[in-house]
Amino acid sequence: MKVTFPHMGYMYISLKGMLEYLGIEVVPPPPCSKRTLNLGVKHCPEFACLPLKLNVGNFIEAREIGADTIMMAGGCGPCRFGYYAYVENEILKDLQVHFNLVVLEPPEKHIGELLGRIKKITGNQPWVKVIKALRFGYLKARAVDQVEKSSFQKRPRELIRGATDRALKQAIHEIDSAQTPQELTTAEEKSREIMESISIDINRPVLKVALIGEIYTLLEPFANGNIERHLGNLGVEVDRSMMLSEWINDHLFMGLIRNAPSSKRFIKVASPYLNHFVGGHGQETIGAAVWYGQQGFDGALQILPFTCMPEIVAQSILPSVSGDTGLPVMTLIMDEHSGEAGMVTRLEAFVDLLQRRNEQKEALTS
Amino acid sequence: MKGYLGIDVGSVSTNIVFMDEQTNVLESLYLRTNGQPVATVQKGLGQIKEKLPAKVVVRGVGTTGSGRQLTGIVVGADAIKNEITAHAVAASHLVPGVQSVLEIGGQDSKIIILRNGVVTDFAMNTVCAAGTGSFLDQQASRLNIAIEEFGDIALRGSTPVRIAGRCAVFAESDMIHKQQMGYNLDNILAGLCEALVRNYLNNVGKGKEILGPVVFQGGVAANAGMRKAFERALGLEVQIPKYFNVMGAVGAAMLAKDAVSKGVPTQFKGFGVADMEYKAGSFECDGCPNLCEVIEMAEQGKIIARWGDRCGKWSNALATREASRSC
Repeated sequence: MKVTFPHMGYMYISLKGMLEYLGIEVVPPPPCSKRTLNLGVKHCPEFACLPLKLNVGNFIEAREIGADTIMMAGGCGPCRFGYYAYVENEILKDLQVHFNLVVLEPPEKHIGELLGRIKKITGNQPWVKVIKALRFGYLKARAVDQVEKSSFQKRPRELIRGATDRALKQAIHEIDSAQTPQELTTAEEKSREIMESISIDINRPVLKVALIGEIYTLLEPFANGNIERHLGNLGVEVDRSMMLSEWINDHLFMGLIRNAPSSKRFIKVASPYLNHFVGGHGQETIGAAVWYGQQGFDGALQILPFTCMPEIVAQSILPSVSGDTGLPVMTLIMDEHSGEAGMVTRLEAFVDLLQRRNEQKEALTS
Repeated sequence: MKGYLGIDVGSVSTNIVFMDEQTNVLESLYLRTNGQPVATVQKGLGQIKEKLPAKVVVRGVGTTGSGRQLTGIVVGADAIKNEITAHAVAASHLVPGVQSVLEIGGQDSKIIILRNGVVTDFAMNTVCAAGTGSFLDQQASRLNIAIEEFGDIALRGSTPVRIAGRCAVFAESDMIHKQQMGYNLDNILAGLCEALVRNYLNNVGKGKEILGPVVFQGGVAANAGMRKAFERALGLEVQIPKYFNVMGAVGAAMLAKDAVSKGVPTQFKGFGVADMEYKAGSFECDGCPNLCEVIEMAEQGKIIARWGDRCGKWSNALATREASRSC
């Protein structure tokens, strides 16, 4: 059995770590590229969202390098993602690309449900080992998140252009190659050193912008046109509202790990604007805008794939959040037709808007 | 004489202005880009040099428009800014207190909302409402009237025909239908202006609060019919600044003035740029399946810039020296 799964940012490191810990052979698809997207666009319905197209592209490319089993997440509620695993499987069947499909639906009541589904892949391995593997995967996700967060802070302040990109690549590689929890501890230490070796100008004034919106386009750099790098190079410190380890804890472990930041903090403050579930992360998006406004951020960017219903609901509410909190919010919609140049122009203009607003504020207070 | 250069390189036109220390526009130039931004900028710089006195000192250069990066590298710009900021800066300088800027050019249209002299919101055309200028141009030539007369003819229309303005393709077929029905030209043109304004306000304006003073700029502002249609739709007076068709360049020059005001020496390479040899080359990077097309710019045989790669492998390679970014 050679297991594969769709890409979503650095999720492959965590999943690969977990499965390999159990001695299962893993074949992650090649990183998302133009070819992945082209394959997806060719074979998927036109009005399906970007994640579906990239997923199908991932699977076709993974099959080419020998994968035979798909591990795919399920979902619930108004977001279409819930049936993507099955739709993707049908598309692949039509294309004569054969896979075994294992769908991991998020547990509804108890973590045991998740364990039951994982058993399809793990076979007769002892539960203790499975749980240890899950923990290892989670620790890897957390380590990657740490490195990413550090890159958000370093990039706008770096003295040598591109230094953060290079360091990030190295640090991620360290974490990816750790095979055991012990090795991971050393790798984490090493990656921290790598990130700290970037020379920065600590006094450079930077703007703080939050990235909010739909999880896939937030986490997958190919889907969002490398927005974090663009913003960093424009002198903006980014904060992403959703980190992989938080998501794993919230949705898969059902909050089992205490004291970890959770999207519950967003749901709490969303209530004056939206106090019920609208599918996907629509409610969290609204809450995140309110929360970041309270934290004194300079602005927020909502990212969503074209036709994403939960985020469209959020988009229509965001202007009133923006009006009440004074937090400028801009929406960027991603699909295969999105041009990078157009996105960069809008980002530049948005950053200029925030900068001039700041200058005016400073002039008034000094 | 001392002053600043502003260069706006768009897809259709390239505009260059020279502005003195008191921000008076002394010279302005409007050229067709013809798909050759570098050659056009070189030609433009040569022409503007001829127009200016021999002892002119350029204290700063700014570039804007879709060709801003490329041009910025070629001329050595002090400020490389996006067209939204440039337009906002120019409008708020030429029309003090402006609260809304409507901008329709050849390909792009945008709306900028300012409050207390600061941009608070903006939008650029997304799916439709693009190419309004080109569309008007095309319809004028199809009807065999000069584009300059378009607006005046439209003004004569007393009962504008209602034309579907959802997108240029529908507008055109609906317009032809109305012609075949026997409506007269004045009313059709007036109706076309109203349709385009409606389309702009729905697709670009999207319910933003448009307060006066309103400024209308970009090439299409020359069309009196469009101005009247805007005034009718908004119920507000619409002003057209003196340099409405080179506002991007004016803004770029002002941003250059800002950039060098802190005593930073200008990066301007001089008017000699007009005679230098620039060569753009490209190659496909095979480092990963993205197969990015990397473009490189050579000045007299020496590579001065690269871009187009997603990962930064090539564009960062030339930038290993310390970056002096200021914000």
